[in-house]
Amino acid sequence: MKALNKTLTGEKVEIVEIRGGRGLVTKLLNMGFYPGVIVEVISNCGYGPLIIAKDGMRLGLGFGMAQKIFVK
Amino acid sequence: MKKKIKVALAGNPNSGKTTIFNNLTGSRQHVGNWPGVTVEKKEGTFAYEGLNIKVVDLPGIYSLASHSLDEKIARDFLLEEKPDVVVAIIDSSNLERNLYLAVQLLELGVNLVLDLNMIDIIENKGMRIDIEELSRVMDVPVIKTAANKGKGIDNLKSAVKDISVREEKNTFEIDYGNDLENEIRNLSRFLGEKKILSRYSLRWLVLKLLEQDENILAKIKGLPEEKEVEEKVFESIAKLEKHFGYDVETAIVERRYAFLRGLVKECCHKIMGIREREEITDRIDQIVTNKFLGIPIFLGLMWFTFQLVFTFGAPLADLIDSFFGWLGGIVSLGMNVLAAPAWISSLLVDGIIGGVGSVLIFLPNILLLFLMISILEGSGYMARAAFIMDRVMHAMGLHGKSFIPMMLGFGCNIPGIMAARTLESEKDRILTILVNPLMSCSARLPIYTLFAGAFFAEHQGLVVFSLYFMGIVLAIVVARIFKSIFFKKEVAPLIMELPPYRLPQVKSVLIHMWEKGSLFLKKAGTIIFVGVMFVWLLASLPPGVEYAAKESLIGKLGSLLAPLFSLAGFGTWQAAVSLLFGIVAKEIVVGTLGTLYGVEEVGLKSVIMQHFTPLSAYAFMAMSLIYVPCIAAIATIKKETNWKWTVLAVGYSLILGWVVAVLIYQIGILFI
Ligand SMILES: Nc1nc2c(ncn2[C@@H]2O[C@H](COP(=O)(O)OP(=O)(O)O)[C@@H](O)[C@H]2O)c(=O)[nH]1
Ligand SMILES: [Mg+2]
Repeated sequence: MKALNKTLTGEKVEIVEIRGGRGLVTKLLNMGFYPGVIVEVISNCGYGPLIIAKDGMRLGLGFGMAQKIFVK
Repeated sequence: MKKKIKVALAGNPNSGKTTIFNNLTGSRQHVGNWPGVTVEKKEGTFAYEGLNIKVVDLPGIYSLASHSLDEKIARDFLLEEKPDVVVAIIDSSNLERNLYLAVQLLELGVNLVLDLNMIDIIENKGMRIDIEELSRVMDVPVIKTAANKGKGIDNLKSAVKDISVREEKNTFEIDYGNDLENEIRNLSRFLGEKKILSRYSLRWLVLKLLEQDENILAKIKGLPEEKEVEEKVFESIAKLEKHFGYDVETAIVERRYAFLRGLVKECCHKIMGIREREEITDRIDQIVTNKFLGIPIFLGLMWFTFQLVFTFGAPLADLIDSFFGWLGGIVSLGMNVLAAPAWISSLLVDGIIGGVGSVLIFLPNILLLFLMISILEGSGYMARAAFIMDRVMHAMGLHGKSFIPMMLGFGCNIPGIMAARTLESEKDRILTILVNPLMSCSARLPIYTLFAGAFFAEHQGLVVFSLYFMGIVLAIVVARIFKSIFFKKEVAPLIMELPPYRLPQVKSVLIHMWEKGSLFLKKAGTIIFVGVMFVWLLASLPPGVEYAAKESLIGKLGSLLAPLFSLAGFGTWQAAVSLLFGIVAKEIVVGTLGTLYGVEEVGLKSVIMQHFTPLSAYAFMAMSLIYVPCIAAIATIKKETNWKWTVLAVGYSLILGWVVAVLIYQIGILFI
């Protein structure tokens, strides 16, 4: 298990856990990002925000958020 | 009497709600390709086969749990105002997530029509959606539209009409599995007997309680049964969590999505074939959001916009300028020939042509500016800009999403301030609002163009750019300071959908540009006109005084204020009153100078060159940028926040403007 910001561009990972404030977790859940979902990392330069994809949807996540999403 | 019904348009951000709204009602609300274009509910009406239909366009939402102000507006409308029909606008290229909201709407018990919008995108890819099956499973009418081409709108109208008289209840229910269903039944029985919050559908209410929806919990608070309900709910949650091994909210969301996954598989043929569009989007994003290229590309785009607006706009503006100069000459000659009273001639030449005319000159620049802004908005780049700037914005204590309000502020601060509604945290929102007036809106553009053109003709572009830049830097500094005084809390992290890139539609770009242009013309004909007339009147009174002399009323008023500005190098009474009246609308700064100095033949540019030095001109431009937002912006700040923040916004900008102008002048003088 690792934080999302430690992934590489092009990697496909499964969400394991989302930490953080309740509001933000709820928001991500309802957008379809919950444990068990596979996402693809579209671009992650290591620091700064990153883009993940689920099906046709592209989601931009700030660094702070990416640190709180754990994947495998 | 026609029967009246109320229809709400609900859907994910960017699914095409506003486009449908415009199609239905014939209005021209703003459409853009980024989440958060619509931040308030907009109403319109149309008549259809004996029905008088009121349509409400809502801000985009992903679910009925609201996080930001704009989402709350949509949610509250759907929950509390009970529209007769709700049309769920679905982005067909993203069915699963879009249907998720529709499922929640059905659980809420609304009278639903499913509109599969953007059907053109998936049909072009050779995909098909089995709408009969979808309609059967969800027990709602389903129709297809391609709103940007106006296709399917008639079907939508008739579906709305049909459903508005539907008697039987919707039978759709997701099966959440035995354990959850058991608890749902238990709680439903309990809440049903107590008749708690009975205005909502029972099943929905129970689900929201199990999900621990903050809004619903807040509604339970204060009820006599509060304790009892809480206990019951916690009991159920504890039981379920023990069983699942994780939280109930996740379990519920997961079950909804699992159901939808199945449904989508059943109804769609070849759903995954949609790679193509994303491939283009992803490829562009890899360049545009690249860690090295992202910011340079953004700055390059800004520079290009800037050059277009000023370099390309300048000759056009000059053309109009010479026209007004010529007109002023002709009219004053004509008045002489007709032997009209001097005050009529002065009213026409100084007041109308000099005052309003000197503002109208800038129409081309303003049109070009909005042309670029609407292209940026329509393409999908706007969301990326916020994304790229997330780190920078964080460093200055703002949120990545605050960047969009700031960009919009370059057009006009009012939509900029409103757009802050999309920020999830109230503190981020207020901070974004407070610094927004430091973004050089299009009303400052006439001031910059006039002064930079007169004093820095060689480096006009650079000088104006420096002012825009100064605004941004000041915004950073001010945000940092306010952050450390008022909001010590950390900035909320960014979560933002990045819509696929789309070619901006020529028609909607042009319409948007024209709307803004005509708004400017309207402003010139109303508030600017009145302001300038007022200035003219004060300059002509008391009777017998020489027009715009120091002894006129306005001269006296200005002389009172002028000493305030002598440290900044522009201590003339004309400059002082132009700033004073500029509070009404910043274009009036130029309008006032035009009225007082007159424009005949020589033009305003050459007149102000006698009254300012390059240094004092620069200080004056800085002052006009910073001091006090215009009245309309102040009113908007008040509406979006409260008196306290409004007073702060006005107060800090006045002081900051003066300090900066004085510093520029005093430091500059040392070197020149
Ligand atoms: N291809 C396609 N694009 C559409 C359709 N409807 C809307 N759009 C585009 O989708 C974007 C978002 O539209 P808008 O109405 O602002 O969405 P809203 O956020 O739901 O109000 C705009 O760029 C529209 O031009 C459609 O049916 N087909
Ligand atoms: Mg909209």
